Amino acid sequence: MSLASQLRVTRDSFTLDLDLDVPDGEVVGLLGPNGSGKSTALRCLAGLSPLAQGRVQIGDTIVEDASRSTYLPPERRSVGYVFQDYLLFPHMSVADNVAFGLRARGVDKRTARSRAGEWLERLDIADLADRKPRQLSGGQAQRAALARALVTVPDLLLLDEPLAALDAATRASVRALMRSHLADFGGAVVLVTHDPIDAMVLADRVVVLEDGRAVQSGSPADVAQRPASNYVAQLVGVNIVRGDALEGAVSLTQGGSVHVADSRISGPVIVAIRPEAISVHRKQPEGSARNAWPGRVTSIESRGDVVRIEVASEPPLAAIVTPGAVASLGLHEGASVWLSVKATDLDAYPT
Amino acid sequence: MSSRRTTPIPVGILAAVGVAFLAIPLVGLLLRTPWSRLPELLSSPVALQALRLSLVCSLSATVIAVAIGVPVAWVLARSAVPGTTFVRALVTLPLVLPPVVGGVALLLAFGRRGLIGQFLYDWFGVQLPFSTAGVIMAEAFVAMPFLVITVEGALRSADPRFDEAAATLGASQWTVLRRVTMPLIAPALLAGTVLAWARALGEFGATITFAGNLPGVTQTMPLAVYAALDGDRDAAIALSLVLLIASLAVLLLLRDRYLRSAPS
Repeated sequence: MSLASQLRVTRDSFTLDLDLDVPDGEVVGLLGPNGSGKSTALRCLAGLSPLAQGRVQIGDTIVEDASRSTYLPPERRSVGYVFQDYLLFPHMSVADNVAFGLRARGVDKRTARSRAGEWLERLDIADLADRKPRQLSGGQAQRAALARALVTVPDLLLLDEPLAALDAATRASVRALMRSHLADFGGAVVLVTHDPIDAMVLADRVVVLEDGRAVQSGSPADVAQRPASNYVAQLVGVNIVRGDALEGAVSLTQGGSVHVADSRISGPVIVAIRPEAISVHRKQPEGSARNAWPGRVTSIESRGDVVRIEVASEPPLAAIVTPGAVASLGLHEGASVWLSVKATDLDAYPT
Repeated sequence: MSSRRTTPIPVGILAAVGVAFLAIPLVGLLLRTPWSRLPELLSSPVALQALRLSLVCSLSATVIAVAIGVPVAWVLARSAVPGTTFVRALVTLPLVLPPVVGGVALLLAFGRRGLIGQFLYDWFGVQLPFSTAGVIMAEAFVAMPFLVITVEGALRSADPRFDEAAATLGASQWTVLRRVTMPLIAPALLAGTVLAWARALGEFGATITFAGNLPGVTQTMPLAVYAALDGDRDAAIALSLVLLIASLAVLLLLRDRYLRSAPS
């Protein structure tokens, strides 16, 4: 286990209470809204903020144990940290920035320079070695920051919103580059992000953090398909409703009921309804769909080549339809519609 | 074409008076300078001694001000030590304190019967007043606040997260200070150093009070100017000219900081 940690921090009314274990070679994506404690967790792991309680073990070293007053400062932890705005030292060249960690750890100048050069090569920015950080584009600075953090071969790599400062076009290419370097890295990686795509693409496991607590943990696919909270559901664009299941019928907490194919599940459940699985009609549908609700369209929004409509039904749902369907059904804000979905398209899972 | 923002006539007149008030004495100094006798005047033993002494003392005072002023600035800007407001007031006081009062205070502290001076004299036989070391102390006393204020401001506005980034890269606190914090504030450090040096070079009141006016020992240029004014007025003018040129050089060096601040 390359990272084993129990993080407890209290600041004003905020409490972070997170257990995070990451084996070597795994990338954990810490996903959460602003103020959920993601960055605080990273700062604690790096030793930039002290723990109130708990402990942090990186590799074989216990770097912090609040109960024993053990605390190693950041410079004595085997951690690489890529900051959101990179924080490349503005007075040093890119090469000196990358060599800094080696020089600080006592590596002689020549060796440090040549090893920094290798990393610049690996990240394809060797031609920028003599530039100052202010002469770099966002994507280039991001690579330099990654090289600087990786050159010391830390046991733990921390990435704080590594792609947030990039424009959309650069983002995609840097994300791909990052994915391959994270795969090569071999140590434990904790990646903080509020972007579900970054988490899905880069992480092997996603931990959803809300109000300082982990509310869900699982593979990206799992989290995307079976969101455990409204925040994640909204993030990945899935409708979720809560209720009590009994023999295939789920009576919803907010009123109404749905039918699911799984008749064995019982007790409190969450039902995920993919917007793509919802059919929209102007009249009450006939036939086999047992889940049908009347409602009024509250918003129509174009999303590339599909259209997302929100309907005030019971429960309120979002559906995705084609622009052609919008035209042929004559949809507009305020139109009354019927929504239907097959029981086999509903996914019910315990809360 | 002139814009509609013309200057009101009374303001224009008073401004002209103000500029003249500052410029005429300097022009007068230049007009009355005995240019042909300048080499002779400046190479007289008294002038040379004063020049040498001024240079040695002001540079030594600057080194001292940097060596102990930068740590003071760092503590004021970055540490959570209680009472920093009081310390800041104390450190800034010599900026506004009449230099002669500073000289008296130094005398009371380091004089032969002073708070610390008596022990220095009794135990080590060291006597600071009326010595070259005394000149350096007096100059450092009045010059250090300029450095502290400038460097503290820069440390405050520098992003402390660069220090954090350096720490995560394995740099000890000392390495962070040496290789990240200080280089980041280098321009302000240079400005503060030059300001402190200029102040030390021109120091008069504290020096004459604490160190006296002994040619070759404590008579720096400003003191020599003052002494020469009674006898050889041309010598006084020549030395003043040197000080004026030094001040101009400082201003040019700091032009980015002070002359370019007005929007064009």
